[in-house]
Amino acid sequence: MTLRIPTMADLAAEGREPEILFWVGCAGSFDARAQKVTLAFCQILEAVGIDYAILGNEEQCTGDPARRAGNEFIFQMMALQNIEVLNGYQVKKVVTACPHCFNTLKNEYPALGGHYEVIHHTQLLQELITAGRIKMTGGGSFKGKRITYHDSCYLGRINGVYEAPREVLETLDADLVEMKRCRTNGLCCGAGGAQMWKEDEPGEKRINLERAEEALDTGAAVVAVNCPFCLTMMQDGIKAKDKQDDVMVYDLAELIIQQMQP
Amino acid sequence: MIGQIAFFIVAGLAVGAAGRQFLRIRRNINLGQDEPITGDTSQRWRNVLLVAFGQQKMFKRWIPAVLHFFIYAAFLLTQVELVEIFIDGLLGYHRFFLPFLGGFYTFLISFIEVLSVLALIATIAFLARRNVLRIPRFHKPEMKGWPFQDANWILVLEIFLIFFIFLMNSTDMAAHDNAYGFAISQFLSPLWAGTAPETLHFLERVGWWGHIMVVFAFLNYLPYSKHLHIIFAFPNTYFAKLTPRGEMENMPAIMNEVKSMMGLGEAPADGGDDELPDFGANDVFSLSWKNLLDAYSCTECGRCTAVCPANLTGKKLSPRKIVMDIRDRATEIGSKLDSGDPQWAKDASQPLSATNFDDGKSLFDYVAAEELHACTTCNACVEACPVLINPLDPILKMRRYEILTLSQGPSDWLPMFNSIENGGAAWAMSTDRDQWAQEARQ
Ligand code: SF4
Ligand code: SF4
Repeated sequence: MTLRIPTMADLAAEGREPEILFWVGCAGSFDARAQKVTLAFCQILEAVGIDYAILGNEEQCTGDPARRAGNEFIFQMMALQNIEVLNGYQVKKVVTACPHCFNTLKNEYPALGGHYEVIHHTQLLQELITAGRIKMTGGGSFKGKRITYHDSCYLGRINGVYEAPREVLETLDADLVEMKRCRTNGLCCGAGGAQMWKEDEPGEKRINLERAEEALDTGAAVVAVNCPFCLTMMQDGIKAKDKQDDVMVYDLAELIIQQMQP
Repeated sequence: MIGQIAFFIVAGLAVGAAGRQFLRIRRNINLGQDEPITGDTSQRWRNVLLVAFGQQKMFKRWIPAVLHFFIYAAFLLTQVELVEIFIDGLLGYHRFFLPFLGGFYTFLISFIEVLSVLALIATIAFLARRNVLRIPRFHKPEMKGWPFQDANWILVLEIFLIFFIFLMNSTDMAAHDNAYGFAISQFLSPLWAGTAPETLHFLERVGWWGHIMVVFAFLNYLPYSKHLHIIFAFPNTYFAKLTPRGEMENMPAIMNEVKSMMGLGEAPADGGDDELPDFGANDVFSLSWKNLLDAYSCTECGRCTAVCPANLTGKKLSPRKIVMDIRDRATEIGSKLDSGDPQWAKDASQPLSATNFDDGKSLFDYVAAEELHACTTCNACVEACPVLINPLDPILKMRRYEILTLSQGPSDWLPMFNSIENGGAAWAMSTDRDQWAQEARQ
């Protein structure tokens, strides 16, 4: 299947602006596993007929990991360059599949002069489902299967989005089970705050292992996530428990695309 | 008359001494940087009402919440009785409010009595929880020694308070032919049957003085204790940050520097090649006053640490410890300043002051880099805190100091910094950013 995946530059050349910019992020662009989520999401957008575009090579890291590590210089360099590009295209609305990009674009760019309406892809999916633009096939492969949903910190606790992803999952007709720690109380996967780029500090256990055990305790066959970093962390944790053949970790977009009416 | 004079002197001394300590704490909090308080005032009052008065966050765990609520409600309402004790003590009345309030007075005191019994039950339960049940969050390394004793002391003081109230009310009732009809004391007063009126009066005085003396002791103990939260919880919830949780405070100095490097803004007026100022925080002086108010408001309950993913998996980081360290460091600086000892002055020829202070130490002597580096910025601690303390904010400020001012920090981060700076991506990649899209278009 071929996708169009228009870029802002292409549309600008035609004198057009899309309704919404899809911000892909570093993980979504470069990480082999997260690329699949990016493609699934583009596929949904095109199937539904959303007028979108990506920045392509004009996009750079939002600067989130540098800022959380304490490196404000690098954050400012990235943020100011990105804002220049975004404002140059007069972007008004942004959707992203990464809660870290989501948080930085939504909450941190305004102080630097970047004001956009920013939504997370799970919110857009929920809107499209409610509006009837995404329809699910009945009695699909998830019927009766147990799915558990992992709240990412940056979407959940930090930005208060708990229900939209759950509503999306409910359309799968699956048996949605909660982990012991969920919603405001959800346990981190261990990747945030630039931990993704460093070895753990000395301790007894890796955080993703703790979380994977909790997910396995639910007996779910699928762990649904909304963040490329949680995706890596949960997969690694489940692999460390040698359960990678029984329990799959998917982003919400990947689950929807499997079950969506063409 | 002698009683009144004695009360006047004791009350004056107790309130004066406590006042001095409170002013010191205020001074210590003001050692921090200014932080403008912005945002909606009505939202701030909502926080005070819901979180401080209403104890909203406590009710995430029902059992401790209900027990704590008993002690809290008894504490709040006993203030009414305390006002009466003050009036009686200073003006020489006996139960000043009684003639004005009549039946309502009986109701009020009865209500306080019932709450006191509930508070007593709660206190005993709390002592058991701390000392017998060994709940993990009460036994982390930072709770060794004084913090552990502090928690117990206050519970013991609470028992004394309640004991004296009932001694006072029950002997008073016995001495007045069981008039008043206080809800609990009416069952206690028969215990005094047959006691001589002078003895009853004496015991009533013991109860009255005992109660107020414990209150005075408590007032003077507060500034040294985590129990300061009974006062500070109110301003702390009022001043809690209202900006989005996910927004790290912007650093305009760096923003402007980068803007001028990129040719986006005007060059800084000073030409920009001066020595760079210190960025981030390495001590109380470079934290904000709100970080310090947070530190003095901490109840040391450990709810933050109990949900911290780093701490849960055995890392050294404990958000409670960070908050306690900040308070200890502020108190240390405060007492060094009070000593006036020139050895703590940066410039010994000038008088010691907050701006002329250097004891060769910093917060990094309290907080290890390993603790700072373990944080995932998950905000679980921020969410958990019953008095809206933000333990993450100082962690991030100290990380900034490490990276920006000391040029240190985990070496693992260097490749990430480099690839972002040079390649615009968090990993060094040899492919195009849109490689995935190019392939999908074919
Ligand atoms: S934000 Fe940091 S300190 Fe707070 S709970 Fe999460 S990992 Fe622990
Ligand atoms: S910071 Fe808050 S949650 Fe943590 S110990 Fe102090 S009062 Fe409790």
